[in-house]
Amino acid sequence: MSVNKLKQTVLAVIAVSLFLASGTALADYALNLTEGVTPTSHRVYELHMIILYIVTAIGVVVFGVMGWSIFHHRKSKGAVAHQFHHSTMTEIIWTTVPILILIGMAVPATKTLIFMKQTGDAEMTIKVTGYQWKWKYDYLDEGISFFSALHQDSNEARQIDSGIDPNTIENYLLEVDKPLVLPVETKIRILITAADVIHAWWVPDLGWKRDAIPGFINDNWTYIKEPGVYRGQCAELCGKDHGYMPIVLNAVSKEEYAAWVEEQKAEQIEAASGSDREWSMDELMEKGKTVYAANCASCHLPEGQGIEGLFPALNGGAIVNGPVSEHVNIVLNGKNMMPVFKAQLNDVDIAAAITYERNSWDNSTGDVIQPSVVKIAR
Amino acid sequence: MSYGAGHDDNHDHKPTGIGRWLFSTNHKDIGTMYLIFALIMFFIGGAMAMVIRAELFQPGLQFVNPQFFNQMTTMHALIMIFGALMPAGVGLANWMIPMMIGAPDMALPRMNNMSFWILPFAFILLLSTLFMDGGAPAGGWTMYPPLTLQLGNAFPFLIFTIHLLGISSILGAINIIATIFNMRAPGMTFMRLPLFVWTWIITAFLLIAAMPVFAGAVTMMLTDKFFDTSFFSAAGGGDPVLFQHLFWFFGHPEVYILILPAFGIVSQILPTFARKPLFGYASMVYATAAIAFLSFFVWAHHMFTVGMPLAGELYFMYATMAIAVPTGVKIFNWIATLWKGSMTFETPMLFSLAFIVLFTIGGFTGLMMGITPVDFQYHDTYFIVAHFHYVLVPGAIFGVMAGIYFWLPKWTGHMYNETLGKWHFWLSAVSVNVLFFPQHFLGLAGMPRRIPDYNVQFADWNMVSSLGGFVFGLSQLLLVVVVIQCVRGGQKATDQVWEGAHGLEWTLPSPPPFHSFTTPPQVTEATAHS
Ligand SMILES: [Cu+2]
Repeated sequence: MSVNKLKQTVLAVIAVSLFLASGTALADYALNLTEGVTPTSHRVYELHMIILYIVTAIGVVVFGVMGWSIFHHRKSKGAVAHQFHHSTMTEIIWTTVPILILIGMAVPATKTLIFMKQTGDAEMTIKVTGYQWKWKYDYLDEGISFFSALHQDSNEARQIDSGIDPNTIENYLLEVDKPLVLPVETKIRILITAADVIHAWWVPDLGWKRDAIPGFINDNWTYIKEPGVYRGQCAELCGKDHGYMPIVLNAVSKEEYAAWVEEQKAEQIEAASGSDREWSMDELMEKGKTVYAANCASCHLPEGQGIEGLFPALNGGAIVNGPVSEHVNIVLNGKNMMPVFKAQLNDVDIAAAITYERNSWDNSTGDVIQPSVVKIAR
Repeated sequence: MSYGAGHDDNHDHKPTGIGRWLFSTNHKDIGTMYLIFALIMFFIGGAMAMVIRAELFQPGLQFVNPQFFNQMTTMHALIMIFGALMPAGVGLANWMIPMMIGAPDMALPRMNNMSFWILPFAFILLLSTLFMDGGAPAGGWTMYPPLTLQLGNAFPFLIFTIHLLGISSILGAINIIATIFNMRAPGMTFMRLPLFVWTWIITAFLLIAAMPVFAGAVTMMLTDKFFDTSFFSAAGGGDPVLFQHLFWFFGHPEVYILILPAFGIVSQILPTFARKPLFGYASMVYATAAIAFLSFFVWAHHMFTVGMPLAGELYFMYATMAIAVPTGVKIFNWIATLWKGSMTFETPMLFSLAFIVLFTIGGFTGLMMGITPVDFQYHDTYFIVAHFHYVLVPGAIFGVMAGIYFWLPKWTGHMYNETLGKWHFWLSAVSVNVLFFPQHFLGLAGMPRRIPDYNVQFADWNMVSSLGGFVFGLSQLLLVVVVIQCVRGGQKATDQVWEGAHGLEWTLPSPPPFHSFTTPPQVTEATAHS
């Protein structure tokens, strides 16, 4: 066996990957960075390819020389060791040449970085807030605001003994209940922050990711050229369900976007009126089931079992079966890892979730909590 | 050259029983304990890696829940870095430095005992968290707040483990510096020191400079949790990003703490099996020192995505790229050492050659990620997982393996089983690439790191990677077989062991006497490093 074989294998792997990476083969079988759909992502992709080609070329030369030496300068072939151990000229050359190559890389990198930093003269602004474990989108110019969480189908399939084959779920773990909708051909400023721990908002087709940090607002921009659905994920470890907070960006024409905005405004007005009327037990239980699944089940688990030492059980739990006012208080204001839900959910959702929790599994308090009660408690 | 007074044991009178190990002040026994400890931790951390690869073998959750998966990734990293690699490096330093510089033992033998015996207690603290309510640390080995502050009962155990490890490393580093500065044999000038000794001087200074910053950062987190301070809480006027700056001010030099001893080992092995002096000795020393010095000025390249001003991002990009120059010098020097040599390919040489190639691949991806605008895509994906595993597994770990095979005959007095050693090498070298190379593709295709489950588009390469992982994991059992066989018996090793070996350690008998050099040897230019 020769070490040369290893070298050849490594070179072959690099060569094959480079060939595949060139994008000519297996278009839907991603091996390489996406070219993306924004001016930034195109520049980033080009820069990535330039550097990949340069390091591959250096690798071929360096490993080639090494392989040649290993093949020819071996004792079994009768090679006699020379005793040189120094050559000032060679050492000067192999210090200066890399410096020149690095400068050659730094120039386009600097240009791209400067381009990415130009967040000025945006036509619209949205704010992205990371929560454990969902995203909130605020359209600052339109007053629209909503949460975007993992789609129910994926959420059921991803449970440990779900028995559901991920291959049967469309866009498994990369689908949300409500996508971010943005217009194409518009310079959009994207502000990124977080409410609890650090997350990172990443849609590869936009060409960058950026950390979402509580107490900080990061400033970014994008300009999407083509309509389409672009998917991404949270990229900074943010706790238990870090792998389950995808991002779906639906880029539509300007006209479609305008129509969507009107639709959202109408919906929001309707939702706000819900807290003033009387709700029946059945209505609240039905609504509560979906609210619970989307907001509570990831920690307290779908059957309210909780996780010992981390998240208390709700099935048979003291607060859930205790006074209503304390239950409402902890949901609204949070405690330790329990989020402050008054910042996330409306009165109807909170009333429904509490009603559902107090009348599900082994809990049967019979309490019906009206949205008006939540409204007063806020 | 000063020569430290040996302690008062009689020559070659070995203490017996458990007391020999508990109260040991002997550099060889302590080195052995460090190496055995590292090997145990390597298998515990490796078992955790097997859990991770088993869960990622196919999409969907099969074995563990997400919280436990996060505990596995966090603990795997902490154990491999602080429990396996660092102690392995210190173990090799303990064994070899006194023999390489012509000393009887380490300069501070009782402190040596303490710095080892802190380790088992530190890791008992850390591993006990696996059995606590709420489980082990799960916020990543980088311990970023606020996430790590959400940890339950394990939190103070994590912090105190770090404190203990810091004390242990600093004591070890002081001892190594004191030994090399004070106990060199007559004629062993600094520029005659073997490269392994040089890399350890530099590593020891890195440890002393970096560990206190880390200890300070985790202490600030401790007071944030229990004493209502707000160093890292924006709501209290603090800054969660400050922790990342402090962490990586430690964390980047830490990377070199792991890799520099491996550089030293490879620099001993290549000349031996090429039967030719190391090319560019002086430039090797200067390049190592330059890498270590620069390592304190590049930390924020680990956190480009936190959002820094343009000037900051440009500076950290340029500084990071600059490290490629001295690193390149080292690689070119190694290849020039091979050039026109007379090579044979025993197991230590095989591991060293694989080290050069695979570490260089890790270096290339490291350079790519130093380029800020493209790092915005690579960051926190499987691309970086592939990068640092290339640097640390076929890099640092292969370096340590090479050193073990290289010096095992010296330590035990027996030759190891070369056939098994070669099997170990080839299985490891092939499977490590099957394990980590596909992770480059996964990262570029958009798979974030630290996730227990993934979209089906990532399924094929994850399966390949897991298969490579299982083979790699199992192959490491061969190392245990080889070492046990070699300790028990085998062909008698000569003093020189290897035909091309040069240096003081090869002038001692195999195995060497309990106190290495009781009379200091005289070192000349001809008998110094190869
Ligand atoms: Cu997140």
